[in-house]
Amino acid sequence: MGEVIVVTSGKGGVGKTTTAANIGTGLAAQGKKVVLMDTDIGLRNLDVVMGLENRIVYDIVDIAQGHCKLKQGMIKDKRYPELYLIPAAQTKDKSAVTEDQVRAICAELKQEVDYIIVDCPAGIEQGFKNAIAGADKAIVVTNPEVSAVRDADRIIGLLEANGLGNPQLVLNRVRPNMVRQGDMMSVDDILEILAIKLLGVIPDDDNIVISTNRGEPTVLDQQSRAGQAYRNIVKRILGEDVPLMNLEVEEGFFAKLKKLFKGN
Amino acid sequence: MASFLQRLFGSEKASKDLAKDRLKLVLIHDRASVSPSMMEDLRRDLVQVISKYMDFDEAALDVQMAEQDNMTMLEVNIPVSSVKRNAGN
Repeated sequence: MGEVIVVTSGKGGVGKTTTAANIGTGLAAQGKKVVLMDTDIGLRNLDVVMGLENRIVYDIVDIAQGHCKLKQGMIKDKRYPELYLIPAAQTKDKSAVTEDQVRAICAELKQEVDYIIVDCPAGIEQGFKNAIAGADKAIVVTNPEVSAVRDADRIIGLLEANGLGNPQLVLNRVRPNMVRQGDMMSVDDILEILAIKLLGVIPDDDNIVISTNRGEPTVLDQQSRAGQAYRNIVKRILGEDVPLMNLEVEEGFFAKLKKLFKGN
Repeated sequence: MASFLQRLFGSEKASKDLAKDRLKLVLIHDRASVSPSMMEDLRRDLVQVISKYMDFDEAALDVQMAEQDNMTMLEVNIPVSSVKRNAGN
């Protein structure tokens, strides 16, 4: 029996889709059977982040409305034979599927795979309600910014009100230099405010942009620090006790020199 | 650099502390306004506890959140009609 994990945030642009893609791909890299499901109807993105945009035939609305079988709507990933994507529809709106339909799709998928990672749209309206309808667990993604943390708090409240108590936090785009200088809230600051269990901390990393350009999840990049942070999160989801990684980057002489010439 | 020096000499608060303080305030308000049912639960629990010690007009019990001098206050007004004889024993 599989588990449905919904990735939420409230605020847009904090890294929900990136987090969903990396967790799903990371679980598949660990040999798990995984479906990534994009519920952001009208603004689909999980397909491009995964580099699967050219393979789409059917989408979640087709599955929900019975235009195709569930298996037909599951796009096979390029990298792992047991990783699939169910894309959102791009030309419809959030009301194209109902909570019951999403719940039914999740229930059917749970018979087939180990993990269903649901990418939730921003906001707290119908799209959010659809995304969480079939979920067993929730992950809340936020950034160390006032607006993102405020929205995360609201989402945590809504998740609890909908039977998804004890969501876990992914703190994304942490900049250790700024934290050290007292210009960015630290992990502890945010945990104190949100009073929620921490799943992982992702350092701000240029590799995220580069890997997204390529359609390759960063979790597979062994050199990337964000990739390492996502691999740690995956292990924690699988029940391993992995300590938080040290976010401070040891800068070598050449890295410093390069920075000096680049002027940043 | 300028702001670093200013902070070093204590003339400016770290901006993350400002962020934290502002967030805490705004969340008290958000959380209270998001769940009127919580205020109702609080009111009910207050009635239960206080009535062990005092008699009061339940309908006149007033519970609300208020802002005062940059602080969020929980204001509770209870017109007491009598204190029970054995209260506190």
